This record gives sequence, C-alpha cells and structure tokens, in this order.
Amino acid sequence: MKKTIQIVAVLTIIGIISGALLTKVNHWASPLIAANKKAETEKGIFLVQPDGKSYEKIHTSDIEIYKVFDSNKNLIGYSLALEGNGFQGKIRLMAGVSTDLNKITSIEILEQVETPGLGSKITEENFKNQFKGLQTLPQINWVKGKKPENPNEIQTITGATISSKSVVAIVNYGIQKARSLKERGAL
Amino acid sequence: MKKQVSVWKEFTKGLWEINPTFKQILGMCPTLAVTVSAINGIAMALATTFVLVFSSFLISCVRKLIPNQVRIASYIVIIATFVTIADLVMKAKFPELSKALGPFVPLIVVNCIILGRAEAFASKNSPIRSVMDALGNGIGFLIALTIMGSIRELLGSRTIFGYQILPNSFEPLLVMILPAGAFITLGLLMGIANAYIERKKKIEHEILINKFRERDSTQINLSHNAELAEE
Repeated sequence: MKKTIQIVAVLTIIGIISGALLTKVNHWASPLIAANKKAETEKGIFLVQPDGKSYEKIHTSDIEIYKVFDSNKNLIGYSLALEGNGFQGKIRLMAGVSTDLNKITSIEILEQVETPGLGSKITEENFKNQFKGLQTLPQINWVKGKKPENPNEIQTITGATISSKSVVAIVNYGIQKARSLKERGAL
Repeated sequence: MKKQVSVWKEFTKGLWEINPTFKQILGMCPTLAVTVSAINGIAMALATTFVLVFSSFLISCVRKLIPNQVRIASYIVIIATFVTIADLVMKAKFPELSKALGPFVPLIVVNCIILGRAEAFASKNSPIRSVMDALGNGIGFLIALTIMGSIRELLGSRTIFGYQILPNSFEPLLVMILPAGAFITLGLLMGIANAYIERKKKIEHEILINKFRERDSTQINLSHNAELAEE
C-alpha cells in the first residue's frame, strides 16, 4: 500500500513540475514565436513582390491575401499566403500575383515538412524560379521528366513529384479563390 | 561492488567502444532519417546531446526517489520536458535552425539513446558520471551522424556542408538520399567499424602472445646459462 502511494505521488509530482516548467517556458516563448511568424510573413510578402514597399491586409474569410503597393502607393499586385497538404504535412507558402491575377511574380515556401533531400527541394531556387512570370490562365500545369513547353507549365522535381504537384495545387487553389473574390469586387 | 572506472573513461567509452550508432545500434530512426546532409546530422546530434546530458543529470539526481515500477514513465516525462523546452527555445530564438530540423526535434523524445542511457547508466550512477557518460554518447552519436551525413551528401548531392566537392560530371546517386541509401551507408560503416575492431583485437592478441614467448625464451636462456655456469 505504501508503495502504491509512493508511485502515485512521484508520478504526480514529476507531472506537476514538468507542466509548470513548460507553462513558464511557453509563456516566454509564444509571443516570440508569434513575432517570428509575423516577421516571416512580412518578409514573404515583399519577397514575392520585390517592388513592394507597403502592404495592407484584405479581410476575407476565404484566404489570407495582402494588397501590395509600391513607393507611390500604387497597387502593384497581391501576395497570397496559402496553406495546403504536401506529401507528409502542411506546406505554407506565399505567392505573388499581378493585379489582373494572370501572372505570378514569384513564390516563396514559408513552412514545409517534406522528405529532407527530396521533397524539401521545393524550397530551392531551381524549383521556385520556375514560377517567376508563370501564366496562370487557365491554370498552372506540371510536366514530369521533360522541359516545360507552355507558359503555364512547370517541371516537377525528380523523386518529389507529389511535393511539386502539391505546390502547384495550392497556388492554383489560391488564385482561383482570389479570382472569385475579384468577381465579387472584394479585391 | 562493481569496479569503478575513471570519470574520463566514462566519457571516452561513448566515443568508440560503445558508440551508440555502431556498437549499441541505438537511435537508428534519426540516424537513418536525418543524415541526408552533414549539417542536418550535426544539428540533430547536438539537439540530442543537449537533451541527453540534461535528462541524464536530472534522472541521476532523482534516481533514488523514483520507484522501480514507474521509472520508465518518469524518465519519459523528464525527457519530454527537456525536448519541449529545447523545441520552444529554438523556435523562439533560432527560427532558422528550428525550420531546418523541422519535425525531428519533437521526435528526440522517443530516441532510444536517451532512454537507453537513462535506464542503463544514469539510473545507477552518480550525476557527474552520468553527465560524462551522456556527453560521451552524445559526441559518439555526433561523430557517427556527421560521417554518415557527409558520405550521403557527397554521393547524393555532390556536396559536403553545402560546398561542392565532386565535379558536375559526377551524376548524383539519388539512392543515397533516399532511405535505401541510409541503410546501405549504415551497413557498410558498421562493417568497417567491426572489421577494424576485430583487427585491433587480433593484433593485441598477437602482441600479448609474442610477449609471453619472449619471456619464456629468455627464461629458458637464463636457466640454460645458469646450467652452463654450474658446470
């Protein structure tokens, strides 16, 4: 009986101490983590719209979308913060599109947990540069194992077709959403 | 009472003699999964070493308070606490590093090197010895992961630590950065490590045998000389 009480007591105490410690650390870390995330989003917005100087968030329920202005406060395009499923988990990316939504300025992968060495290549310049100036009409397509021929095509990464396709699907979905927003006059 | 070895020996044994990867065959999951590049291997091993050292120290401190029946549960909670702290601190202060390691940091909780050392060593030894043992094992793990990461990165993407080593004419072996490449590299490295140890043992044996032979022959000579002198 004494043993049982000791077992329960020890585990409870360890649990309480560990919980208290983690609460403390999390309390300290969570604002920093949030700040990091915000700074990263901000950085992403201007990375995909290199001429952008200021931005403004558009409040919609559908997707996270930002208007980007140049130094003279002229609208130069939109930055879309998108999220979708990759091969192993969520991919978060930022896509910059022109004002008419028909051309991509560039994309930036913010977060991914793809296979290191294979799927994680979606974060490399070789892959991302394919999106620069890409046509989005009627939608982005992918080709496998050969050079893209049409202005709306990209080539998938060898060994990471699913990750590459996921990025295309996420961008397509975002642009489609943005188009429907534009039709409703919300942009 | 078992024979106490020196504290320094507790440290050095982890580097080679009981190297967690090549000798204890522990922590295979991160070994196989993250070693696609040298830098990944190093970062993973450093994070593991951090958790290993602190949890070994703490477990060794409280080893007499924890009842035998719940020791594993207690160790896991202690280890998980340190891993979560490491994860949160990295996310808050080093977001770039945290991004590079991604999901492998939370997975340190179930790394069997940490639980293995806690169960096999820290639960029976003093805090100082436990820390030295943890450091030794951590650095042994670091060496193993760095070697594996370098080999796989070199053959799989022509680089080491991101610097190109092999010329562009060398076609990267994609298999090396796939899981299969990890198994091949690990198998070969283990084979080499074992062959080396065997050879070393054999040489030591021979030296020992030769020593005895020499001693015997000198003794025979001595006794022979003594006989001659008597005559």
